[in-house]
Amino acid sequence: MIEFRGVTKRFPDGTVAVDNLDLKVDAGKITVFVGPSGCGKTTSLRMINRMIEPSDGQILVNGNDIMQSDAADLRRGIGYVIQHAGLFPHRTIVDNIATVPLLLGWNKIKARKRATELMEIVGLAPEMAQRYPSQLSGGQQQRVGVARALAADPPVLLMDEPFSAVDPVVRESLQDELLRLQSELGKTIVFVTHDIDEAVKLGDKVAVLRVGGKLAQYDEPGVLLARPVDDFVDNFVGRDRGYRGLGFLSSDEIPLGELKTVTIGEAAPAGEEWVLVVDGERRPQGWLGAEQREGLETVSADRLVPGGSLYEIGSGSLRSALDAALSSPSGQGVAVDAQGAVAGAISADDVLRALDATRRDEQPS
Amino acid sequence: MNILNQLVSWFADPAHWSGSGGVPIRLLEHLYYSGLALLIGLVVALPIGLAVGHTGKGSFLIVGLANGLRALPELGVLILLVLFMGIGLIPVVIALSILAIPPLLAGAYAGIRNVDPAVVDAARGVGMREQQVLFKVELPNALPLILGGLRSAALQVIATAAVASFVSFGGFGRYIFDGLRIRDYPQMAAGALLVAALALAVEGVLALVQRSVVSPGLRASGGARRSPTADVASTPEPAQPDDPSPAPELAGVKR
Repeated sequence: MIEFRGVTKRFPDGTVAVDNLDLKVDAGKITVFVGPSGCGKTTSLRMINRMIEPSDGQILVNGNDIMQSDAADLRRGIGYVIQHAGLFPHRTIVDNIATVPLLLGWNKIKARKRATELMEIVGLAPEMAQRYPSQLSGGQQQRVGVARALAADPPVLLMDEPFSAVDPVVRESLQDELLRLQSELGKTIVFVTHDIDEAVKLGDKVAVLRVGGKLAQYDEPGVLLARPVDDFVDNFVGRDRGYRGLGFLSSDEIPLGELKTVTIGEAAPAGEEWVLVVDGERRPQGWLGAEQREGLETVSADRLVPGGSLYEIGSGSLRSALDAALSSPSGQGVAVDAQGAVAGAISADDVLRALDATRRDEQPS
Repeated sequence: MNILNQLVSWFADPAHWSGSGGVPIRLLEHLYYSGLALLIGLVVALPIGLAVGHTGKGSFLIVGLANGLRALPELGVLILLVLFMGIGLIPVVIALSILAIPPLLAGAYAGIRNVDPAVVDAARGVGMREQQVLFKVELPNALPLILGGLRSAALQVIATAAVASFVSFGGFGRYIFDGLRIRDYPQMAAGALLVAALALAVEGVLALVQRSVVSPGLRASGGARRSPTADVASTPEPAQPDDPSPAPELAGVKR
């Protein structure tokens, strides 16, 4: 756990980057610092490993005041990932990753072996080991940066806008990868970004900072989207927050309706209404409308209207439920179970009613 | 007989290849003065260049020193030193090392300053101590420019070391000054040619040294191979110039 106690950073020119910050970062969770430029988010992060030293206040990592330990020793115990990765251009990928173990005095063979393991963990092909950073793409370099930070298995990971320099598609896959890694490793991660979407996607908790280095709100992302404390946070969280907030509400209460289905190869059903076509294992294949049914005798895969997104019972959010309903050509969202078999129908009305119920439950008293 | 033929016959004369005045001995003398001057230049310039480059403090010193030393007339310095210190190897080597210091200093300083700040930040961030940052990260990345400075210094020192003979020392300059005295122009031409050939040869050797000690990761092209499947399209700009010119220029240093 990391704790800020009344931490202030004043630079020699008088600017206050961080102003009396009190904050607790939960162990084993991802905490995101987000805010506009000049809000002190990077300064706050860099104070944790003493890349910048606080002017006032105390920072505790696992109960120890960071100012009590040697700066280099402290940093070797904290993973550090920066924008553009900051890889050492003169070292091969495997030696870049082995940096901290070697600093800690591991022998070369053991350090390289660990580095090779990490390449696999972060999804780098083994043949990259002997390449140099300039031969890798931005996304690959960032993976190496993460691997380097993890090499000595530190409990804490600091990530300073690590994905902001890569293109959106690669960024998204790196974010997913980070979440996957985190579910396996359970590190205490402090992540800095200026991108609120990235913050709510990655953060177990999000700290919104305002210019001048004051903490505006510190909450779970769902709460942040549903109940911003003031206009600043509301503005910063941005458009569509209502809709995006649905992503953080679970939806056990959505009632499932009847869904008319027909299996491929069966006789085409009579009538005008939309029918969902499924395969032998009841997995949805597409829809049959009145138009597609004209002159059709047996149901085949080639005359179907493509279905919308699917809502998975148990793990899906209200957002995915609503999206399933809205994107289905028939207006009935398709709910599936964990195996992907059709479980029932959901309507947008039902989702909104479930949302009402959830809101009543969560209303702060 | 034209000068070219005379030059050829000068080199063909076996008498010029043996004894204390022969080419091999003169070569060793020339290399000895030059090597000593470069060594002193390195001892003086490298620590200052590395320290100022690493800390960023005292850049004015580099600029002032490099400019000031470059402005000194070599022959004048040598004569002045000889007047003060008497004829000896020391004034010769000092005069030559004054020539070596500016490019060495500029190379070391610019080399360290040019290392990508994000790389240096990362080095500290992973827990390197200041010395480790300098020697494990900054220095290896600065090597192309440092060696560029060394090549430039070697070229100048070897080309100028002929002045040692002006104050009665050996080296290839002997042929030039002796030839001048007795109006033996082929001998002068031979001396000049030998100086130029040696300078180029040493430059070639140092270029090979540079190839072998600089990490392949710092060469954008050649050396390390690129995989055809690697996604290199989005590779960010290389942090280092791919083939640094032998004479690193310093911002603010005017010749």
